[in-house]
Amino acid sequence: MAVFTRPRQALAIAGVLGLALSATACGTGDSKKSEKASSPECAPYAKYQGNDGKKVSIYASIRDAEADLLEQSWKQFVDCTGIKIDYEGSGEFEAQLGVRVDGGNAPDVAFVPQPGLVKRFADAGKLKALGADTKALAEQNMPADWLKYGTVNGTLYGVPLGANVKSFVWYSPKTFKDKGWTVPTTWDELIALSDKIAASGMKPWCAGVESGDATGWPATDWIEDLMLRTQTPEVYDQWTTHGIPFNDPKVAEAVDKAGTILKNEKYVNGGFGGVKSITTTSFQEAGVPITNGKCAMHRQASFYANQFPQGTKVAEDGDAFAFYFPAIDPAKGKPVLGGGEVVVGFADARRCRRCRPTSPPPSTSTAARSSATGSRRTTSWTSPTWPARSTSSPSRSCRTRSRSSASTAPT
Amino acid sequence: MDFDFAAEQPKLLMLMYGLIAFAVVVGGLLLLLDAVPAWFARRRDAQLIAASASGAPLPRRPKQREGIFALFFLLPTVLLLTVGLVVPAIRTTLLSFMDAGSVNWVGLDNYSWMFSEGSIVRVLTNTLVWVILVPLVATSFGLIYAVLVDRARLEAVAKSLIFMPMAISFVGASIIWKFVYAYRGDGEQQIGLLNQLVTSLGGEPKSWLQEAPLNTLLLIVIMVWIQAGFAMVVLSAAIKAIPADIVEAARLDGVTPWQMFWQITLPSIRPALIVVVVTLSIATLKVFDIVRTATNGNYDTSVIANEMYNQAFRYGQNGQGSALAVFLFILVVPIVIYQIRNLRQQREG
Amino acid sequence: MENYQEVLFGSSSSSGQLASYFINSLAITIPSVLFPLAFASLAAYALAWINFRGRDWLYIAIFALQIVPLQMALVPLLKFFSTGVTLGGVTVMPAWDLVDEQKFAQVWFAHTCFALPFAVFLLHNFISQLPKDLMEAARVDGATHPKIFRTIVLPLITPALAAFGIFQFLWVWNDLLVALIFAGGGNETAPLTVRLAEMAGTRGNEWQRLTAGAFVSIVVPLIVFLSLQRYFVRGLLAGSVKG
Repeated sequence: MAVFTRPRQALAIAGVLGLALSATACGTGDSKKSEKASSPECAPYAKYQGNDGKKVSIYASIRDAEADLLEQSWKQFVDCTGIKIDYEGSGEFEAQLGVRVDGGNAPDVAFVPQPGLVKRFADAGKLKALGADTKALAEQNMPADWLKYGTVNGTLYGVPLGANVKSFVWYSPKTFKDKGWTVPTTWDELIALSDKIAASGMKPWCAGVESGDATGWPATDWIEDLMLRTQTPEVYDQWTTHGIPFNDPKVAEAVDKAGTILKNEKYVNGGFGGVKSITTTSFQEAGVPITNGKCAMHRQASFYANQFPQGTKVAEDGDAFAFYFPAIDPAKGKPVLGGGEVVVGFADARRCRRCRPTSPPPSTSTAARSSATGSRRTTSWTSPTWPARSTSSPSRSCRTRSRSSASTAPT
Repeated sequence: MDFDFAAEQPKLLMLMYGLIAFAVVVGGLLLLLDAVPAWFARRRDAQLIAASASGAPLPRRPKQREGIFALFFLLPTVLLLTVGLVVPAIRTTLLSFMDAGSVNWVGLDNYSWMFSEGSIVRVLTNTLVWVILVPLVATSFGLIYAVLVDRARLEAVAKSLIFMPMAISFVGASIIWKFVYAYRGDGEQQIGLLNQLVTSLGGEPKSWLQEAPLNTLLLIVIMVWIQAGFAMVVLSAAIKAIPADIVEAARLDGVTPWQMFWQITLPSIRPALIVVVVTLSIATLKVFDIVRTATNGNYDTSVIANEMYNQAFRYGQNGQGSALAVFLFILVVPIVIYQIRNLRQQREG
Repeated sequence: MENYQEVLFGSSSSSGQLASYFINSLAITIPSVLFPLAFASLAAYALAWINFRGRDWLYIAIFALQIVPLQMALVPLLKFFSTGVTLGGVTVMPAWDLVDEQKFAQVWFAHTCFALPFAVFLLHNFISQLPKDLMEAARVDGATHPKIFRTIVLPLITPALAAFGIFQFLWVWNDLLVALIFAGGGNETAPLTVRLAEMAGTRGNEWQRLTAGAFVSIVVPLIVFLSLQRYFVRGLLAGSVKG
């Protein structure tokens, strides 16, 4: 997304796999050396030559069409270096990763969508700290804020991979135009619009939080978004680091605020039923009613552009588009909630596979990034280790960031 | 459409290796057991002949070495069970006395947590409801069905129909039932079968899987749907095995079908009933996939196996998850005791 | 038909690639049925007809192992494969270190372990009901245990073997958890169920392809069940007639 510019990203990623391979202990050896190895497009990977036939296993929660994009993104790297990447995306990622690590069968690299999970493995001594080279590259190419998400107790264990802007409300420009509604820019306008739509007989909001093992995370996104809108970033950080109790009154306030929309029978749940239907509606289908006029607004991250039925035109004048989830208190700026995966390497990956990319190969920036390395499963509602979440500080720069993502996301 | 058959060959080769390994292990074991005693027998014969020829006293007949045979027959099973189940069971028991990260000993903390935490007590009672209802309902349903279709026309078809759910995985079955229970708001087109039925009768659609305690019963229905077929097939087979002359004699005595059922059928199929009830009880205690697929344990429907998995793997609470597993071990004790009694009776009788 | 073509032979992550997973399922299931069948029938025979001390207790212990939830066995068993067994500094068994299709061996091993308690229970139930006279007559004739097992017991319990075979086939074919852990999720080793579960999670809008996939995975167990159904009925029948 827009958080990193492309050239920066390419650079950042270049560093990534290199480290990984430095520790490679063995390979199958019989794979054919790529002929392209000396061609110019392979130049950025010169460091990784000579690892022909070696294997890196990557485990993540990204599947299906998005996984295709990921694989495409490192195809060039694979072609150039002859290193084989065993990618496995699983819907059971959060639980299975723990089993594999405990069982001594950790993948070389995992894309972990929960900072809390990174911390759990780091505390248990399962993760490998980034090497000096990669660390330097990461620091050079990523804002310090972002590196915090891969840092536990002062040690940098991972680098953010994908980023999603979460403070978006999806709507149908077409419906809005037909009905003469305008996109709200303040919280009061948002509520006024919701009332207006509700009065017209349509449910203004639709929502769904069902997501298998990770059920509930879209609701935590709501609450986190509202935490950022009702509290200072400092309070948010205290919350995620357990500086204030999980159920602090300030948090309860944010939860109640989310409830004014999510638990309002007049507002939800367009196309699905009452308030109760939110928990049983899957996050994938939750925003689809926007396109058939059953509901007007759906708060979800930028990746949702890919979830609309085929043939949906996602554009500013199309069937679906997103506007920025308005701020409440102008004094607090326009905060943006983001989410993403952190790339980490495991210390005791299988002996014969010691290759450890500390981040994905350079080309990840191109194909995958622009459309959808969506971290849709960034948190689990019930997770006891509350994941620290990426909170962009509510500054002006953030605002521009959110703008640019708004325009790139729906491509 | 670039499917590459050549890429599949290593798999088939591996399958072949597996089959060869099977033949070698099992064939080798049997051969060994055959050859060794035969060799001893020959040697003894030779000794006997030699002894009788030389007029020396005949060697004593060696004691039958039954134990050796038993050892070899049981070796693969005992080894595999030790690695695959006994060690894990011991490990789980130890972990249940340790903290979340399995570092410090915490004594009985995990157990007191289990019985003081409201939501966990709920899990325990849910499991109790499951283990009472499922064997009872599935067995009686299977039994009634078996008696009714016995000697009916199209019996094979009727039986296949009921057995069919077993061929679908628990996960698949749960997905099907999730559709049955699906809910859309009032006024929307209902996509769930149950709600369609209710609305066509003029009722209000309900979000079935969220209505505790009804939802636990609805999940039990899924389990019964799957397991009734198992019960039916086993019991129907047992009914068929009741000697015809007994049935005839009873008929000549003029017993009613009701008496026939209670006095002839039921006592005759008692062993089969026990097999069914025991198997179903254990399967129910461990039920996991159904709850996980249908509700993931939300809305007060969790059971022990599900909660154990969540605690240990999703929440990183190894100690609490293990304590739940140990509680599961304890729940099976009554069944084991019953089984011991059965075995004793059988040995005596 | 296009749906089927795509789910079966497409080769990207988002298409089905089911043909590949189908072969994996077969390669996993066949040995995972044969091994427990053989081992359990040997064990059940020994527990029923060979006199040795403590056999009843051993049987009860194996029976009780049915309750160990396989979820709790996953981590230790995975450790067993990935680090081997070391007792007091001596490596009793080295790590397996399997790659790609060799991982099938892990899955066979795991399924065999988990199936044995129920298999022994079912087959013991059956074998112990065989007529005592028959066994004693054979012993008097001087037949050894292996011989009795092969020539008398095995033919008599074929139906029971078929019965357990179907159970085990259904269980392994439909299993998701064991495969996820021990086979991994790539198209080199993962079975159909793993693939379908992934498709189900991400294909909310494309039900037709998911149902095509689901159909492919249900057809095989149905064929196996329908063709072996006769044995199944007879199999359990003989085991449960006499008390």
